[in-house]
Amino acid sequence: MTSVPIPDLHDPIGQLLDTHSVVVCTGAGGVGKTTSAATIALEAARRGRRACVVTIDPARRLADAMGLDADTARGSEAMRVAGPWNGELWAVMLDTRATFANLIRTYAPSPQQAQNILNNTFFKNIADALSGTHEYMAMEKLYELHNDDRFDIVIVDTPPTTNALDFLDAPNRITRFLDHRLYKMLVTPSRGLARAVNLAAQTFLRSISRVVGASVVDDVIEFFANFEGMEDGFRARAVAVRELLAADTTTFVLVTVPRRDIAEEATAFVTDLGMAGISVDALIVNRVHPQFGEQSLSELHAQLDQFATTPLGPFATALLESVEIATTELDHLATLTAALPAAPVVTVPFLDTDVHDLAGLERLTGHIFPA
Amino acid sequence: MDPAHFFAASRVLIVAGKGGVGKTTVCATLAGAASEAGLSVLIVRLTPGGALHRLFGAAPITSNGSLLRAAGEGRGPITGRLVTPDDALLDYLEDHGLQRITKRLVTSGALDVVTTAAPGIRDLLVLGRVKQLELARAADLIILDAPAAGHAVSFLRSPAGLRDAVTAGPIANQGIEVLEMLADPERCRVLLVTLPEETPVNELIETAFALEDDVGVQLGPVVVNGLAPRLEGLDLDIRQIVDNLGPSLAGTIDVPLLTALSEAAAFRTTWMDRQREQLDRLADQLPLPLISLPLQFSTDLGPTHLDDLIAALTTGLHQIAETVEQ
Repeated sequence: MTSVPIPDLHDPIGQLLDTHSVVVCTGAGGVGKTTSAATIALEAARRGRRACVVTIDPARRLADAMGLDADTARGSEAMRVAGPWNGELWAVMLDTRATFANLIRTYAPSPQQAQNILNNTFFKNIADALSGTHEYMAMEKLYELHNDDRFDIVIVDTPPTTNALDFLDAPNRITRFLDHRLYKMLVTPSRGLARAVNLAAQTFLRSISRVVGASVVDDVIEFFANFEGMEDGFRARAVAVRELLAADTTTFVLVTVPRRDIAEEATAFVTDLGMAGISVDALIVNRVHPQFGEQSLSELHAQLDQFATTPLGPFATALLESVEIATTELDHLATLTAALPAAPVVTVPFLDTDVHDLAGLERLTGHIFPA
Repeated sequence: MDPAHFFAASRVLIVAGKGGVGKTTVCATLAGAASEAGLSVLIVRLTPGGALHRLFGAAPITSNGSLLRAAGEGRGPITGRLVTPDDALLDYLEDHGLQRITKRLVTSGALDVVTTAAPGIRDLLVLGRVKQLELARAADLIILDAPAAGHAVSFLRSPAGLRDAVTAGPIANQGIEVLEMLADPERCRVLLVTLPEETPVNELIETAFALEDDVGVQLGPVVVNGLAPRLEGLDLDIRQIVDNLGPSLAGTIDVPLLTALSEAAAFRTTWMDRQREQLDRLADQLPLPLISLPLQFSTDLGPTHLDDLIAALTTGLHQIAETVEQ
């Protein structure tokens, strides 16, 4: 079985691991980012590094394989995965709420104030449901682990977003949200012009209460009152996280599959990241159908169609269908690789992609890090 | 089961599944089959883009509704409509006499505060919009291309969550009305989509139980997308077969071609066997009928592929009746 040709650079992603301390695996949902991130971490451990992978909602069996029981590992503590490698492999399952709670405890002026926030319903909603919080906490966890002396390299997969900037911008977006103008208006001392603004804000608030109910609005106000004074700490942290993502020691690996819509999305990702000053250093293409032989589809049809009704017919069909799918896959990848001329590409064959144990991850390292 | 009966059984089909399993393709296939049974169909999508319009060879769908396939002899029209959660929320506020503040909600960023204060409100309002379209009989059948699972569970749980969190007012009412729709199998069913692969099958099983337990929605047949068609005779000895072709034909197959043929056959056999295992597992663990759609070997799907898929779905629906009768 031969695989899709890859550029000549030998073991390109392996080289990235030796020179970087943060690897961000990015890409659309359902393309195998989590598995790719776990494979990269495993390889880093084999190369003697102390590697930690942050996984976001891994499939249950992969979590089990890595020693991450979904029930006990929640809480975002790093767990060591035992295995025959020179370095260390650690894994963390992202717990958005626990990570956010840590951040609140870090920046709250007093334990009491932290507790008030953590008990607030609106805070729980922010932690569980606000769009961007997941991305923000993934980046926050990455920052925490990067500054943890136990690890040399941290690998993170990003939550599935259609827009690459969603997770880059998430820390800023959530910080802006927490630093909310509406609330500022409400608590502005009621004097002069400010008083008029305040009244308008009150009317506005009453309208909102009519939609979602007064108790919900009370929760919101209580939350912002408790959060006051913590914005600066959060803002500084968001800047630090953003700097880490842009640092030379951070590398971005784009994970994709050779489907037209996904490849188009991935191409847009690359453009968006480029505008944010971030380059994609390597491309992992999962679920690639193998190419059998060297002949084109039309050559094969010319040679094989005469056998359609013979016992060779099903063999001819199997080959023709394989070549057809492999050919269209290559077409879909062409625009993406054109958008990333400098980035090396590694491919993972279709039947090897669905991984749910350490042996499967080891098989994958053979594809992502060709010997 | 006669496809006409299947599609007439409920007015809304919510199609849900993990990202990348081909939900949109399945929506288009269902729409095509329903249209051929004479029904008018409306496909509702929550996000712009995607491959839906390409399957019909039509222009991208808009929030005003756009025609995907015109009515024909015995065939109902298929339209598509984009209902984004933000639009659903703003429409809702305007419908409830809050048009004066909607602009301000957006410009001040307070919309984010509201949707966070009442999580799931956007999901609820999208479902509310579907309910409205259903009550207005916007089409004989409405097909909702739902967000990717596990979002599907939280998406469909949103009405109950909001009914409990916001105990009074229009949002609470909306939650109650949407729950009525979800709980009534004559109005609404959920079809889950998966690929015949280990991880998607696992997630589908979890989602199916979560939906039945938490949401109380009726699940229709599971659609297994991307099944590699069975090829018989790949277990025979290819050298023997070639020898039996006689010297003139056998001579046209050189060694590299012979190797490619036997490798492709071995790959296909492994692939079909693994898919079969997953189908069997699914059938064992879920008490729901299965309908398989054949893999399309082009990854660039258009109207001709859609016709193949519609034919397969129609066959699958007919087979369900046989299973039920047994």
